[in-house]
Amino acid sequence: MADLRSNFIGIKSPNPFWLASAPPTDKEYNVRRAYEAGWGGVVWKTLGAEGPPVVNVSGPRYGVIYGGDRRVMGINNIELITDRPLEVNLREIKSVKRDYPDRALVVSLMVPCDEESWKAILAHVEDTGADGVELNFGCPHGMAERGMGSAVGQVPEYIEMVTRWVKQYSRMPCIVKLTPNVTSILPPALAARRGGADAVSLINTVKSVTSVNLDDFCPEPMIDGKGTHGGYCGPAVKPIALNMVGEIARYAETRGLPISGIGGVTTWRDATEFLAMGAGNVQVCTAAMTYGFKVVQEMISGLSDYMDRKGFTSVEEIVGRAVPNFSEWQHLNLNHVTKAVIDQEDCIKCGRCYAACEDTSHQAIAMGEDRIFTVKDEECVACNLCVDVCPVDCISMKTLPLGTVDPRTGRKVAPYANWTTHPNNPGSSNYTCGITAAE
Amino acid sequence: MTNSQFTPGVVPGRLSPERYAANFQDVAPPLSAHAAAVAADRCYFCHDAPCATACPTTIDIPLFIRQIATGTPEAAAKTIFSQNILGGMCARVCPTENLCEGACVRMEAEGKPVEIGLLQRFATDTLLEKQGHPFTAGAPTGRSVAVVGGGPAGLACAHRLALKGHKVTLYEAKPKLGGLDEYGIAAYKAPEDFAAREVAWLLQVGGIEVVTNWALGRAGDGTLDDLLGQHDAVFLGIGLSGVNALSLPGGELATPATEFIAALRQADDLATLPVGRKVVVIGGGMTAVDAAVQAKLLGAETSTIVYRRAQAEMPASVHEQEHAATHGVRIICNAAPVAIHAVAGGLEVEFARTETGGAGLRMLDDTFRLKADQVLSAIGQTLGALPEGVKTAGPKIGTDGAGRTSLARVWAGGDCAPAGEDLTVTAVAQGRDAAEDIHSFLMGA
Ligand SMILES: Cc1cc2nc3c(=O)[nH]c(=O)nc-3n(C[C@H](O)[C@H](O)[C@H](O)COP(=O)(O)OP(=O)(O)OC[C@H]3O[C@@H](n4cnc5c(N)ncnc54)[C@H](O)[C@@H]3O)c2cc1C
Ligand SMILES: Cc1cc2nc3c(=O)[nH]c(=O)nc-3n(C[C@H](O)[C@H](O)[C@H](O)COP(=O)(O)O)c2cc1C
Ligand code: SF4
Ligand code: SF4
Ligand code: SF4
Repeated sequence: MADLRSNFIGIKSPNPFWLASAPPTDKEYNVRRAYEAGWGGVVWKTLGAEGPPVVNVSGPRYGVIYGGDRRVMGINNIELITDRPLEVNLREIKSVKRDYPDRALVVSLMVPCDEESWKAILAHVEDTGADGVELNFGCPHGMAERGMGSAVGQVPEYIEMVTRWVKQYSRMPCIVKLTPNVTSILPPALAARRGGADAVSLINTVKSVTSVNLDDFCPEPMIDGKGTHGGYCGPAVKPIALNMVGEIARYAETRGLPISGIGGVTTWRDATEFLAMGAGNVQVCTAAMTYGFKVVQEMISGLSDYMDRKGFTSVEEIVGRAVPNFSEWQHLNLNHVTKAVIDQEDCIKCGRCYAACEDTSHQAIAMGEDRIFTVKDEECVACNLCVDVCPVDCISMKTLPLGTVDPRTGRKVAPYANWTTHPNNPGSSNYTCGITAAE
Repeated sequence: MTNSQFTPGVVPGRLSPERYAANFQDVAPPLSAHAAAVAADRCYFCHDAPCATACPTTIDIPLFIRQIATGTPEAAAKTIFSQNILGGMCARVCPTENLCEGACVRMEAEGKPVEIGLLQRFATDTLLEKQGHPFTAGAPTGRSVAVVGGGPAGLACAHRLALKGHKVTLYEAKPKLGGLDEYGIAAYKAPEDFAAREVAWLLQVGGIEVVTNWALGRAGDGTLDDLLGQHDAVFLGIGLSGVNALSLPGGELATPATEFIAALRQADDLATLPVGRKVVVIGGGMTAVDAAVQAKLLGAETSTIVYRRAQAEMPASVHEQEHAATHGVRIICNAAPVAIHAVAGGLEVEFARTETGGAGLRMLDDTFRLKADQVLSAIGQTLGALPEGVKTAGPKIGTDGAGRTSLARVWAGGDCAPAGEDLTVTAVAQGRDAAEDIHSFLMGA
């Protein structure tokens, strides 16, 4: 068993798996059971200001996207922040933290965008003994219409301003939770850093409509004949999250800012990918909402096995390992040539690779007698579509060694060269206006 | 209940009413909507799908499964019926392990095919339950065709001809349509009178006139010449109405298995059907298995199939052999019957051990006897009397690829014609294809 202990901006937890601020962390009952199941930490469901709590709809709150066999690929929700009174939440947070001093407990906050509101709530949270606060600048529905959540997260100046207040009125570590509903994640991340944030966490949910009821002609979830956009999460959003995490980890001015990775983490592998892309820990919501708290046990054993296999002795050793290889397109090696190869032993002859390549790609797969499928190297551009659609994973990409002739282009595989120096690139000094040497 | 499984002789009422009901319920119960969704999700939507190629009627299997998966089972049923109008029966009786499911790429992947048969049943049942018929007869062409034989071949042919707008008269010797679907298929494969319900639904297409109790060649009914005089074309789907006789001493003491099964299929109350305490079935095909299993299900104490060649050569598929074994039927191979003896208290069947060698089957001197109350013979069906002028090719009516016989304007298909196995689905394919050829012929294409 590898050492999974995590120290994220000074907040210690026995493993890097935290529950994200959401229904799983909305009350003491849940959080105690989550800790018992093995979660290293939780971010408590977002608290609002004192006074009457928000009101949720009493119709359906969630929509869903399924994969095969009704596997949940994504959930969208129109839920607001906690709808329980502030005092109750604070009392419970205090009680849980007292009983579980070794687990991380961070409190998520969302109050109106004025200095007094933030000052007031911070004092309350500090009293609970919680390990830190997370500023919810991400919720894309309901709260945004009231000038909170993603309405703040989409304006870098507001992020910076509120973060500054939080750092001014509290000694607690401060995580700024970012919304993905922006054209670039970098300005918000930068603003958080300027405001003094100890870390950012991302992503919150993606603005979305999951389905439309075709009898009532209404977006779903449908509440008395009307629907509204919600926030999307779960496995479907992982690619969006991984990219945003990686961008913050890579970009010169945000590099080094601690990141709590969120979005579609479902297995140990997802979690480890986030770590490699620069996240110091991960937060999970949909996987727990789909399968219950026990999923963390697979994450723990999976990460531990992986670390033992790779010889990593601490989680930190994984963090950011893939970032140096997270390149921009223009730096990719345009001379790298691969070809799809079908393993005839394992091929079950379904012909999906053929249909995909023949109808929509490069007509590079031949269908021979007895349904023998083979790749035509002289046509294959190595797009990987066949690999993606093969149900039994029996297609691989073989790399042509330097100096061999690519039967498609008739040219020898040359050493590394990228777009910046490519003769077709008008911005490169080698630009030839499309006139080749022979002409 | 006066009788039991141990009552000697051939007697009815060996079981309780509950037992009869349980024994003859659906052998492969239908999928629920949820189970169908899960099963449909397993289909890979293969290119040029091998399952469809293996289907004698070439149903577009990936398409209909996708239609189920996307919540449109009626559209799936239409996909099925447009190729195979008896898709409901075929879903129940096709030996899918040798056909579509045997070719499913999931066999290669996991040894577990997509449950094509059950999915086909799910789709077709959904549509049939609505009672609507999805097709309508075509605009009248003014041509008329006689279809002789109301089995799967004749029904498929008649339906396709009606779709083309031809006036069809369907002649059937028996009181009911359906052929072996009605009189031959094992009762537990199509319970609840499915064959008759399917026929009634099929006829909703319109344009098909049905004449039952009318046998071609029977005095008072009509001849082929009569039909050719009244119609523009004739299709023969007359199946195999004869049976091979057991030519051995005491052979007359055996009952044809098909007769035993037909009585069973037509019984209103299974408790009235007499069955032996010890049943011996001679043969090795699907009919032998069905007879032996159903005898057991009717309450026979023992039911034994005796096949003259080696087990590997049994025409019944491995799946069917297993089906027999799980129902407690004993299978004895390499034993050929030599005589049936009437003895005190019943019968004894005498067998000689056999050996398959270079010169074919060889009877050995080693013999044994099996006690029996009832002996059923299932050693193959044969063509009945043929109208004059229709030439045979071996044991069947000679036809070309399109089903044309040696006589002008006469087509044939199904069990009575060569090509393909004697299966419901093959009969449907041949009836349908003959209809297409008749249509081309009639329209001068
Ligand atoms: C016991 C048994 C079990 C079987 N089980 C299966 C199974 O599980 N799965 C499967 O796919 N197949 C099975 N089969 C085979 C299948 O039933 C046949 O292949 C199929 O029914 C053939 O259809 P057909 O229309 O050619 O002939 P039939 O179904 O035999 O129909 C012929 C029709 O023509 C009528 N007819 C005959 N002569 C005349 C005449 N002179 N005038 C008017 N009408 C006439 C007959 O009465 C009959 O109705 C089984 C067969 C038997 C015997
Ligand atoms: C029903 C629901 C309610 C949520 N409520 C909050 C919330 O109150 N505060 C918050 O910061 N994020 C909230 N989230 C977002 C999650 O914390 C998380 O950022 C998002 O679901 C992505 O992670 P996942 O893919 O693991 O679910 C909520 C998500 C769901 C599904
Ligand atoms: S990699 Fe792309 S081009 Fe090459 S065979 Fe596969 S699908 Fe076709
Ligand atoms: S998709 Fe995979 S399994 Fe299917 S034919 Fe292609 S290589 Fe074979
Ligand atoms: S072979 Fe199997 S997986 Fe492929 S289309 Fe047919 S049923 Fe589907």
